[in-house]
Amino acid sequence: MKPAPFEYFAPPTTEEALSLLAEHGYDAKVLAGGQSLIPMMNFRLVQPSVLVDLNNIAELAYLRAAEDGGLRVGAMTRHRQVETSPLAAERAPLIHAAMSKIAYPQVRTRGTFGGSVSHADPSAELPALSLALGGKFLLRSQRGERWVAAEEFFVSLFTTVLEPDELLVEASIPPMPPRSGWSLQEVARRPHDFALMGVAAVVALDEKGLCKEARLAYLSAGDRPLAAERAAEALKGQPPSPEVMREAAEIASMQEIDPSSDIHATAEFRRHLAKVLTRRALEQAFQRAAENQQEG
Amino acid sequence: MQTFELTVTVNGTRYQRSVEPRTLLSDFLRHDLGLTGTHVGCEHGVCGACSVLMDGQPIRSCLTFAVQAHGHEIITVEGLGTRESLHPIQQAFQEAHGLQCGFCTPGILTTVKAFLEQNPRPSEEEIREALSGNLCRCTGYQHIIEAVQLAAEKMRG
Repeated sequence: MKPAPFEYFAPPTTEEALSLLAEHGYDAKVLAGGQSLIPMMNFRLVQPSVLVDLNNIAELAYLRAAEDGGLRVGAMTRHRQVETSPLAAERAPLIHAAMSKIAYPQVRTRGTFGGSVSHADPSAELPALSLALGGKFLLRSQRGERWVAAEEFFVSLFTTVLEPDELLVEASIPPMPPRSGWSLQEVARRPHDFALMGVAAVVALDEKGLCKEARLAYLSAGDRPLAAERAAEALKGQPPSPEVMREAAEIASMQEIDPSSDIHATAEFRRHLAKVLTRRALEQAFQRAAENQQEG
Repeated sequence: MQTFELTVTVNGTRYQRSVEPRTLLSDFLRHDLGLTGTHVGCEHGVCGACSVLMDGQPIRSCLTFAVQAHGHEIITVEGLGTRESLHPIQQAFQEAHGLQCGFCTPGILTTVKAFLEQNPRPSEEEIREALSGNLCRCTGYQHIIEAVQLAAEKMRG
């Protein structure tokens, strides 16, 4: 099995990569960790005529503390780097905890944050988690740069707002609000496989212990990572009671997600999973938020 | 046809070869260097048979282009031990019957090498996690887990 021939560039700087993308545009594909792109090239599902390999660009691999208390992740940061980073554990505990669910050790050695987000697989963790956390992405081209919120970034299956000459260079994950908690719940046939259904919950309580903020984001639930906004709205101002959580799970799983049937699971089963997992995610997230409230 | 002058260290030996950019590292190791110990199973990153170490970390050589190994250090199963003097991990797999047909074994041995260097006293759970990306269709994994436990003991000395 061989990929079709392509012209290969491995520029050492972001500037040179942007120049190559400006020149080759639609004909070029960006190679980050390659853990999704190379299988697709091996099957010849994708046959780019130009490959711009970012692996020599050291300046794109970093984890930095943001001034607002959040985390800045360079596009070429490997999953393994995030998995083993105390800074990531402190600043973005949900993302840190999710790393061990992303594929296998050999894939996490190579796979990158920016690559996973740009690939926009609706079954992948990082797009959905970025959405749950209110993350945003810095896109750069020779024409300039722009920040795009996760809500705006994902368009449909494997499709984002990235223009052919643009590169995602950084992800910015905001800090967790005070008195907040999080949870990621998934069902997969085997650990580390793509999940049949997954949900990330991020919640915050106010001084009285009522839900102040809530975000629910789903993977394997549609053609892109999906946020359940009406379910989140139903939680706000409410006490985190079992009834309130059940109601939110009902709204999200029956009205807001759009799962499809395939060889692995029916749409109906995926909705069922979403309902159960949403309830579990909210229980755990509110539990963590209550613990943070006592500490704070 | 574009070719690339590749310099790579494999099992401590420096090689210089001309390669097409589309050549996968797995094919480069087997066809260009004749190191057929690295096995090729699924060629899309699922089976783990082609796992090798790049700068000490386990990777899938079928999901890496040979050109991307330029300037890096690769360890394949041939770099572990010799027929006369097996690596402690290979010794343990032999003693604990950690293989049957052996097809998946090279990828498991290289993955286990990096794992035990980072985690010399792993739990059974951690061993199963570490090998989650390596498929074996013969053993049911039980003897593989036992072999890794034995290997850990041997390597601790």
